[in-house]
Amino acid sequence: MENLTPDQEAVVEMVRDFAAVELAPHTAAWDEEKHFPVDVLARAGELGMGGIYVAEDFGGSALSRTDAALIFEELAAVDPSIAAYISIHNMVAWMIDAFGNDEQRARLLPGITAMTELCSYCLSEPGVGSDAAAITTRAVADGEDYLINGTKQFISGAGASAWYLVMVRTADLGSRGITAVVVPHDAPGLSFGANEKKMGWRAQPTRQVFFDNVRIPQANRLGAEGDGFGIAMKGLNGGRVNIGACSLGGGRAALEKSIAYLKERQAFGGPLIEKQHLLFEIAHMDTELELARTMLRRAARALDDGAPDTVKLCAMAKWVATDAGFHVADQALQLHGGYGYLSEYGLEKLVRDLRVHQILEGSNEIMQLIVGRLAVER
Amino acid sequence: MENSALNIVVLVKYVPDAQFDRHLIGDAHTIDRSESILSELDEYALEAALALTDARGGAKAGNVVTALTLGPASAAVAVKKSLQIGATQGLHVNDDALAGSDAWATSLALAAAIKTLGPVDLVITGMASTDGETSIIPAQLAARLGLPQVTFASALEVDGGTVTARRDGDDYSEEIQASLPALVSVTDQANDPRYPNFKGIIAAKKKKMTTMSLADLGLSASDVGLAGSLTTVSAAAERPARTAGTIITDSGDAGIQLVDFLAAQKLI
Repeated sequence: MENLTPDQEAVVEMVRDFAAVELAPHTAAWDEEKHFPVDVLARAGELGMGGIYVAEDFGGSALSRTDAALIFEELAAVDPSIAAYISIHNMVAWMIDAFGNDEQRARLLPGITAMTELCSYCLSEPGVGSDAAAITTRAVADGEDYLINGTKQFISGAGASAWYLVMVRTADLGSRGITAVVVPHDAPGLSFGANEKKMGWRAQPTRQVFFDNVRIPQANRLGAEGDGFGIAMKGLNGGRVNIGACSLGGGRAALEKSIAYLKERQAFGGPLIEKQHLLFEIAHMDTELELARTMLRRAARALDDGAPDTVKLCAMAKWVATDAGFHVADQALQLHGGYGYLSEYGLEKLVRDLRVHQILEGSNEIMQLIVGRLAVER
Repeated sequence: MENSALNIVVLVKYVPDAQFDRHLIGDAHTIDRSESILSELDEYALEAALALTDARGGAKAGNVVTALTLGPASAAVAVKKSLQIGATQGLHVNDDALAGSDAWATSLALAAAIKTLGPVDLVITGMASTDGETSIIPAQLAARLGLPQVTFASALEVDGGTVTARRDGDDYSEEIQASLPALVSVTDQANDPRYPNFKGIIAAKKKKMTTMSLADLGLSASDVGLAGSLTTVSAAAERPARTAGTIITDSGDAGIQLVDFLAAQKLI
């Protein structure tokens, strides 16, 4: 890995300590009991994890995207489910910071950066996922308010979050008719579906969000009408790097467990690590993760620098890193044999948690669509 | 002076990480300090200081928490970590002549360093270092500074000019009061040390960090080091590796063998 600055080393050390003490002893139970540890998230907020790359004036930590990627890697090395939720919260916090006006920032950000008020990102709908420009949840102007009707699907944190950043249709103009609004949890007409039963990511709730004549002031709109799709996509650029970093962290944990296990496990007259084909497998896993780390670093730096190829690099990094994380975790389970299949060893949870990273924040097929289109447009 | 701003000194030490095996190196069998950290026991002292100053409005209200260490250049890490966690300023006593100092010589230099900080309300220390573990520095330092000492506090409060500390024994608890200025050492039951937050990590670089030599403290080389020490370590050796235990294979009389073994060890 490239050398970290002393500040980055201190940041990583703190996050590692926090994850080891506050997350590690509980991850298995949170997964099994589908417990969303909002108290622990508030503690993470005290340490600055609620607005990692949000400006300082309302409680943000004003760190770089590169720093954020390091932080998510460390969190995910202990619990990808919690790390990924914090990444979603940060994506929304940044969108409000970047696209909110002074009044909105002052009103919304203090609680959000403290993580005493959690955030959800509401783009997907029951019938609209990858084709995001086709969303149908509609906001109609009514005096100084909007009346919102529709349903959002697969919403992380729903039911526990204080704020919902919702992409709504305000005009029938495709992607140019989409607007971003912030809906408070107690808005009349807002309700939530059941906590979805999921393969992984069980330490955070996923629910449908229903809007039945939800009335919010137009003062809760980010930017102008029609800006929503651009805002949503800009948020996702960073979200993709962060979720990729979560895959890297989970994959790293799986690799470390595998190395320790192969050194210890005796079979055919010696430790398994002496079998060359298993050593080669470790080499593959390590190299895959290092490739992912390199791609994530480059994408994060592009975000920090506002580089022209940011969209491409974020899409590539997300694709490479989430595929690598899942493949490494799956291979680590295989290397552990029957023990890998037991919950006690933590491998099957990593596999379950990392699988969804290939689907969300834009599926890896959509990443290929983005990369391919940008390649041939030139 | 009710709840007025406090000037607190916290002793911090850079020690080998107690979570891992520690090793002796070199001909003199000194401890390997390559993987060292801020002593965990000192984090309780720092937290105690920060809790007191936070309750009084922190640095903005004029409260000062000085993290003081004595040791080679690498020991600055302990002070830097303390600054990241929230100490206001750092003071590092570093002089080659300090090498080999025992607790007596160390407390002499620390006392001299504390005297450079002006009127101090409280000196807070951990209950021991996790390397030397003499546990004697707090008492020696209090004597040298002429301060009342309350050691092994598991809770402390400051009200006006009085510090109140709770000491927990095996079957009793006592409450001790002392007038400020005073020295208090705290146990690992005293509080729940905080982590540095991201802002603290970034802000630490801008905090004042002073390094002082023996000359800066008005001390000479013969006051400290081996010459100024009352005790010397005559030998140090690693604990011998554990020998394999006795394995009893049960051929019907395992219970008897086990009882015989325990009886021979005078355990039953």
